[in-house]
Amino acid sequence: MRTKMKTSSFVILMAVGVVVALYTLMPFFLVCINVFKNANGIVANPVGVAGMSIGQLTANISNVVNNSNFNFWYAFGTSALITIISLALLALFGGMAGWVICRNKTKWSTAVYMTFVASMIIPFQVVMLPLISTFRDVGKFVGLSMLQSIPGIVFAYCGFGGAMTVFILTGFVKTIPYALEEAASIDGCSYEGIYFHIIFPLLKPSIVTVTILNGMWIWNDYLLPSLMLGQNGKVKTLPVAVQAFVGSYVKQWDLILTAALLAMIPMIIIFLIAQKQIMNGMVDGAVK
Amino acid sequence: MNANTTGKKVMSLALLVVGTVLMVGSLVMDFTGSGSPMRGPMLIIGALGILAGMYFFPTLARHRGIINFIFLFPLLFCFAVTVIIPLVLGIFYSMTDWNGVKMNAFIGLANYMTMFKDPGFLWSILLTFLFVVFNMVLVNVIGFSLALLCTSRLKGIGFFRAAYFLPNLIGGIVLGYVWQFVFNNVLVKITATAFGMQNSILANTPTAFAAIIVVYIWQYAGYIMLIYINGLVTIPGDVLEAAAIDGASPTLTLFQIKIPMIMSTITICTFLTLTSAFKQFDVNMALTNGSGSVANFLGNYLTNGTQMLALNIYNTAISKNSYALGQAKAVLFFIILACISLIQVRISNSKEVEL
Repeated sequence: MRTKMKTSSFVILMAVGVVVALYTLMPFFLVCINVFKNANGIVANPVGVAGMSIGQLTANISNVVNNSNFNFWYAFGTSALITIISLALLALFGGMAGWVICRNKTKWSTAVYMTFVASMIIPFQVVMLPLISTFRDVGKFVGLSMLQSIPGIVFAYCGFGGAMTVFILTGFVKTIPYALEEAASIDGCSYEGIYFHIIFPLLKPSIVTVTILNGMWIWNDYLLPSLMLGQNGKVKTLPVAVQAFVGSYVKQWDLILTAALLAMIPMIIIFLIAQKQIMNGMVDGAVK
Repeated sequence: MNANTTGKKVMSLALLVVGTVLMVGSLVMDFTGSGSPMRGPMLIIGALGILAGMYFFPTLARHRGIINFIFLFPLLFCFAVTVIIPLVLGIFYSMTDWNGVKMNAFIGLANYMTMFKDPGFLWSILLTFLFVVFNMVLVNVIGFSLALLCTSRLKGIGFFRAAYFLPNLIGGIVLGYVWQFVFNNVLVKITATAFGMQNSILANTPTAFAAIIVVYIWQYAGYIMLIYINGLVTIPGDVLEAAAIDGASPTLTLFQIKIPMIMSTITICTFLTLTSAFKQFDVNMALTNGSGSVANFLGNYLTNGTQMLALNIYNTAISKNSYALGQAKAVLFFIILACISLIQVRISNSKEVEL
């Protein structure tokens, strides 16, 4: 297809590639070597390997994990729970809504769809302050705590992620031939059964896409949980915990970097396992 | 068959009645001021009961409509409570003296007047626009160059791609602190030994601003690169082959064939970087928290030298406790973003017509 590259340009391109890769990986590398040092060692020699020891790493990790401000396992569990439940509900409800919108061409479904699409331009900043007061009032009214609670946050993520999820899934339902549904209907499948037996299984690839897009956003989101849970609340997600932890340990880089490493590891592990899906999902989400 | 239908009808009606009773009961308890912890669960079980009752209601004619409603309801309900109601309230609150809990007076556009007289806010707007322009150009140029690199016939392309994309996975807060470490400790150490510069680049407003741009590019260029790669691989191979046979140089191929053929991708990436740079918050907060001095901006001394719009809104409302003013700023933020999006829709629609 393409002509074979000249050796000189190959070497130059390769060198550029390696240099850029070194640059993008450099902060991760620095974090990785410095978690093996104590605070003084980091300040004295942040780049070198001097002062690194396994003992120091375990000490740093246990300091951070057992720290009452950070409480790693608790924050990790909270983040994981919020992310997983939100993703499952978004996939389920998003698919249902996308299917109904796509298969019913009425004034109402078009209006609902247009509202969802238009709402994608709404920045979080413009709704965040009234959101807190609305949730406080609704919570008081129904007698459930909507702020400072995991169900409340999941509810908020279903609301915010809904528009994009419906948009992508509706686009995908359009590509599923309607004849399939007619055939199922003739064979005696109920209307709701068509969705669960025919459409939902076919939606899987695009559900993976929306799950990746929503997952990256929900797992890393700071602003929404920090506003809803509060900086010093009992329930904390990982980003909120990191922020609270750093706030209380200014310049204690051994602890801060260890906390950062612990916060990064889950995402990196998932990326190493599902690299291809994640990269494709991110592109699909942007292009659609 | 008949007995079955009757049974279903009874069950459905029973569920509807129980659901309504529970919901009404919990609302009555709400108005009578009962502090019973059962109030919330009662409401939810009641709502679920009504939905289940509707589902089991044995009617062939209405069944489709009922299922449509049940399928749409959960997401629409969440969406209305988290987006639509706060948006409407927010636009209203921006014209009042709202303090986050209650409002006392409607004050018209006074908040908007105050906001435009605040030099710190004007500085934030200016800074955000600068940031957006710098990033839109730099992220796209770098992302596109990396995409070219990653579609060439190098060895280890998969590794490069993953390495460039990796920063995009990590949340802005964590990244911000890691880079704060890099700038304040590692870089200072290097510059101190090499040039005798003891100050961190984060301590000086212009360099701190440059630092935020560097971190943003580092985080975002890999993502933009992936989208460009996706665009580049859709260019048909025979077109490139034809160009090569006709003796087109690689530069000519790039500017005359590749770039024109991925114009829609360029539009997508441009607007993606535009909106995302405009909304930048996490890195800004973790890296500098908006600090930095500006000696003279419109005759004022400012201390929010690196504070961009999103952070300015947050600090106005949360740190300074001026909720109504912060909300007014947020409405302006929304209007600007809405205009950008409308322009984007225009451009991509006109492109489609041309094709």
